[in-house]
Amino acid sequence: MTFTALGDTAVVVGLGTGIDKSVLPRVRALMAALERDRPPGIIEVVAAYATVTVFYEPSRVTGEGERPYERVCRFITERARHLQAEAKKKFASPGRTIEIPVSYGGEFGPDLADVARHCGLEPAEVIKRHKAADYLVHTIGFAPGFPYLGGLPEKLHTPRRATPRKNVPAGSVGIGGAQTGIYSLATPGGWQIIGRTPLALFRPGEAEPALLRVGDRVRFKPITVEEFSAWK
Amino acid sequence: MEVTVIRSGMLTTVQDLGRRGHRAQGVPLSGAMDGFALRVANLLVGNPEDTATLECTLLGPELVFSTAATIAVTGAEFSGVEAWRPFEVPAGGRVKLGAARRGCRAYVAIAGGWEIAPVLGSCSTYLRAGLGGFEGRALRDGDVLRAPEVTRRMAGHWRIDERIFPAYSPAPTVRVVRGAQADEFGGVLFDTEFKVMSQSDRMGLRLGGRRLVRIGGAQELISSAVAPGTVQIPPDGQPIILMADAQTIGGYPQAAHVISVDLPLVAQLRPGDKLKFAEVPLNEAHQLALTRERVLAMLHEGLAQKLR
Repeated sequence: MTFTALGDTAVVVGLGTGIDKSVLPRVRALMAALERDRPPGIIEVVAAYATVTVFYEPSRVTGEGERPYERVCRFITERARHLQAEAKKKFASPGRTIEIPVSYGGEFGPDLADVARHCGLEPAEVIKRHKAADYLVHTIGFAPGFPYLGGLPEKLHTPRRATPRKNVPAGSVGIGGAQTGIYSLATPGGWQIIGRTPLALFRPGEAEPALLRVGDRVRFKPITVEEFSAWK
Repeated sequence: MEVTVIRSGMLTTVQDLGRRGHRAQGVPLSGAMDGFALRVANLLVGNPEDTATLECTLLGPELVFSTAATIAVTGAEFSGVEAWRPFEVPAGGRVKLGAARRGCRAYVAIAGGWEIAPVLGSCSTYLRAGLGGFEGRALRDGDVLRAPEVTRRMAGHWRIDERIFPAYSPAPTVRVVRGAQADEFGGVLFDTEFKVMSQSDRMGLRLGGRRLVRIGGAQELISSAVAPGTVQIPPDGQPIILMADAQTIGGYPQAAHVISVDLPLVAQLRPGDKLKFAEVPLNEAHQLALTRERVLAMLHEGLAQKLR
């Protein structure tokens, strides 16, 4: 476990390196430990790949003879005491399994042909391999509710588009290098778009607005354009 | 009571101190760019510090009040209004913020607070997602804002001691603590002056100047959390200071982080302004933050005697 200051209001806790699913149990265990027992002055916790970042309010974590940064690091160390055991016991397997319906290709997946060409596969084969894989949510970011999914079969790795699009519709399923993701809002974006889901990935009215959480398992299920239109 | 927006100005949005607790879901903090000015604006009209205000940018709005109200404008100096003190607007009165004469952003607080329904615990507007604030967007001509009918009485003549203000300047020295990749850029960040570019917005200030080149080449980083104040260096070598609406994670090298007490200085810069960076130890940044909190607590107490 490493600690790095992120400015004067956060500590980045390093739990591993790279995009590595074997680190996710520890990331989730630390998130859970800090949510269960959050000391005063700790505002929120953000997980991304192999790091958990803990945001704090310096004026509320002052203590006798202890500097705010050292104090926050101590809080985290205390709560991470049984991290390895917790990770093994409770977080060894993925979180919830969420099925995401996707209408692949056509107007919803304008880059499917380019991806197929890059991979040396037929478009139908790209769809088959994309939907057959098991994905894990490594982080949520870029936009509210946007999940970065690890587990894309190596054969489908495709670089981002040379020129990003000015507007990618919400629900677009894309490939960006070794990862796949789902645009939660209409935003500019450079990923290769191969399909679209009718599900809302970000629901501001809900207490937990993001559909997915770090550690969730995601499966894609192909649907037709008609099923997409009829989706409620 | 109603306040009608006759002219909305260049970019006027509802902001409070931000949407805390949802960054794990990818929701940016948002909130006032200049949190100090927002907090003081609220204290001046007897509101809790985190109450929603109007953040005005470079060209301010023109507002008409249906009944008497007490308001305060803080932050940048806009023509047409006196900043940093509360004043009463009579029924039918008109308040017109002209162009910013110094600084970039002003905050308009009203006694009792603007009536805005919070979204995910905050009234702040996040424009990119159409989230929160007034219908998720910037104010437009003809919008009607609501506020409870609250007026406050002010005892005697007084002014805030300007010595408590951040050192606002069109060419400030902005203090930073080291970022995780600071060593990879040598000292260039601290040796030269940068210019604020016109593509700057609530997400971040883009800077122009000497190019920062990574020693050892461009090894890709795995994305991790970023925060308002993070100075990231994209491949073109021109720094970006992330601000209130910045995304929650990023994969560019982090050369430095602007310390909390100096974020208001950055918030008040406009395109064409200059800045320099100076490094301070983390503990000094924390001491300065504690001092700022004490000063605001004292201001709060002092104002309680003057506002009824």
